[in-house]
Amino acid sequence: MNTRVDPTLTKPAQAAGSLRTVLLQHPLLRPSAALLVLLLFDAFLVPGFFRLEIKDGHLYGALVDILNRAAPLMLAALGMTLVIATRGIDISVGAVVALSGTVAAMLIGGTMVMNNGAPEYVANTPMGTALAAAIGVALLCGLWNGVLVAGIKLQPIVATLILMVAGRGLAQLLTDGQIVTVYYQPYFFLGSGYLFGLPFSLYVVAAVFALTMLLMKKTALGLFIQAVGINPVAARLAGLRTATLLIFVYVFCSACAGMAGLLVTSNIKSADANNAGLLLELDAILAVTLGGTSLAGGKFSLVGSMIGALIIQTLTYTIYSLGVPPEVNMVVKAVVVFIVCMSQSSEFRQLTHKISKRRPA
Amino acid sequence: MSAMILKGARGLSGAPWFTSLVTVVLLVAMLGIGGAAYPGFLSLQVIFNLLIDNAYLVVIAIGMGFVILSGGIDLSVGSVLALSTMITAWLLQTAHWHPALAIVAVLVLGALFGACQGFIIHLFKLQPFIVTLAGMFLARGICYLISTESITIDQPFFAAVSQTQIPILGGFLSPGAVIALVVLLLAVWLAHFTAFGRAVYAVGGNEQSAAMMGLNVGATRVGVYALSGFCAALGGVLFSFYMLSGYGLHGQGIELDAIAAVVIGGTLLSGGYGYIAGALSGVLVLGAIQTLIAFDGTLSSWWTKIVIGGLLFVFCVVQRLMGGRRG
Repeated sequence: MNTRVDPTLTKPAQAAGSLRTVLLQHPLLRPSAALLVLLLFDAFLVPGFFRLEIKDGHLYGALVDILNRAAPLMLAALGMTLVIATRGIDISVGAVVALSGTVAAMLIGGTMVMNNGAPEYVANTPMGTALAAAIGVALLCGLWNGVLVAGIKLQPIVATLILMVAGRGLAQLLTDGQIVTVYYQPYFFLGSGYLFGLPFSLYVVAAVFALTMLLMKKTALGLFIQAVGINPVAARLAGLRTATLLIFVYVFCSACAGMAGLLVTSNIKSADANNAGLLLELDAILAVTLGGTSLAGGKFSLVGSMIGALIIQTLTYTIYSLGVPPEVNMVVKAVVVFIVCMSQSSEFRQLTHKISKRRPA
Repeated sequence: MSAMILKGARGLSGAPWFTSLVTVVLLVAMLGIGGAAYPGFLSLQVIFNLLIDNAYLVVIAIGMGFVILSGGIDLSVGSVLALSTMITAWLLQTAHWHPALAIVAVLVLGALFGACQGFIIHLFKLQPFIVTLAGMFLARGICYLISTESITIDQPFFAAVSQTQIPILGGFLSPGAVIALVVLLLAVWLAHFTAFGRAVYAVGGNEQSAAMMGLNVGATRVGVYALSGFCAALGGVLFSFYMLSGYGLHGQGIELDAIAAVVIGGTLLSGGYGYIAGALSGVLVLGAIQTLIAFDGTLSSWWTKIVIGGLLFVFCVVQRLMGGRRG
């Protein structure tokens, strides 16, 4: 299983000791192992799980399906990772998904126009404007959260709780609780289109991921965010503009959620203010935790969060394809969260350490 | 003169009970506005109905109040409520248990569920937020394991309780509302006149100091979450009196209503500070908003959420800027 860990990640090997210990202690080991076990499980239980085929120039298969369906969650998890790294939490993600999706769907809508005798749907507002407006709304939501956390210094969970309650209410008010259907072909491309044989949503995720990675690794931003998470007071005394950093992180998280909202509405061709992104914040937090980022802030792993999101989606897929009632999913998720959180705590490690020591005696 | 008023205002705003007072004033103002705007709003029965319709929420907010006072949070209450309605319905309809036995079983299960969460939080030093989040998933998932459909309760005792009206002061209350009021009195006694209550405040104020004073932090914490689970289960029983059914979708988002009620009732989310009785005023404010919007008739019900969000915002900021500098 160790061979699965990306060889480029073993760079600090020389410093820390033998290759083996580094691999065993690598933070990504557990999430990747969990994903691998799940995939192996699927390979045995679901016939043709790893089969990929090309139909109409598109790649089809369970793996592509999982990736495609995990796209909104992956986006949300990316933003959430940075927020959690600053010791924060953003539980308004689901509401922002609903809000941005609703804005986009309502602006685009689609009216039927007869063109040479053939019915054709035209967007109410140019798609670029609509998308910009939706993302703009998401950015505003993030700014609101950020100002509450950094400016007024509310606890993050409370600050974002406000938007979680009010944001969905706002989206429902906009749509009057109805589902807004979109009838505009180009918009569907975002969530269900294919580019070079792969779902377009994957490119969106990849682009955001690459951009975030670049920002975190090639600029000092990642270091600053970690510093704020490890000790906000020390970070401020060291001359970091913690308030600006916090606002940036919340804006970024909301922007990711906004994009996730676009993917969701485009994929189901409608915006449902009541249910879109419901409980997505919890899944995103779960993905981040599964990926090995501690909820106590500080060190974070974007790759881990991606793997976490994939674990959740693979789990869902497995449960569906085994014919188990989908409601069981929640129980399984709950058990997984319990196990992962407990295994992350140092008390648990001490406990297992004691037990493993006692055994040979 | 103006300086004196300012000083007086600052003294008042610094007073420990300031936000609680604001809530009560707000409640009276809302009822007054409602009475002025809509004929028939200011009858005793409308106010009693606030209690009847929100009895379960009062009970849950009381449990949540204890958790928040101890510096934690319990996100599982909504799904524990749903699970309780589900188990009650199942025990009555399928297993044909005696109602009293079923109710006791559900209450014990709720308390156990909460205690387990508290135990995990304390033993592994995990964030209450994430543990109760998992508890929330777990409880809702178990609901669907019992049944994905709604189970109707036609047990005679439950049906009778749901129809009972207890006449008081010319109006009437439901048994559920009376139970909620009794629980509130008990909770106020528990919070302010017992060792457990003082320990909860101490742990919420500063866990380390509490431990150094020789308080048993672990036992207090397990007790608090057990109490919250118990209250959520009792809320579930009241809810099944009210709805006469068990369903996995019952009570979605109630945890947020309860947190909002506790905050609006003047309890600091950072813990250690507030009044359990604030749960009642908080819930009544939430209920009054809904009633006002229903009386108005032209506003869509989505406004409720937006107004609650706005109120939450105002109260958090007030807490922050006035009394609660300790967060």
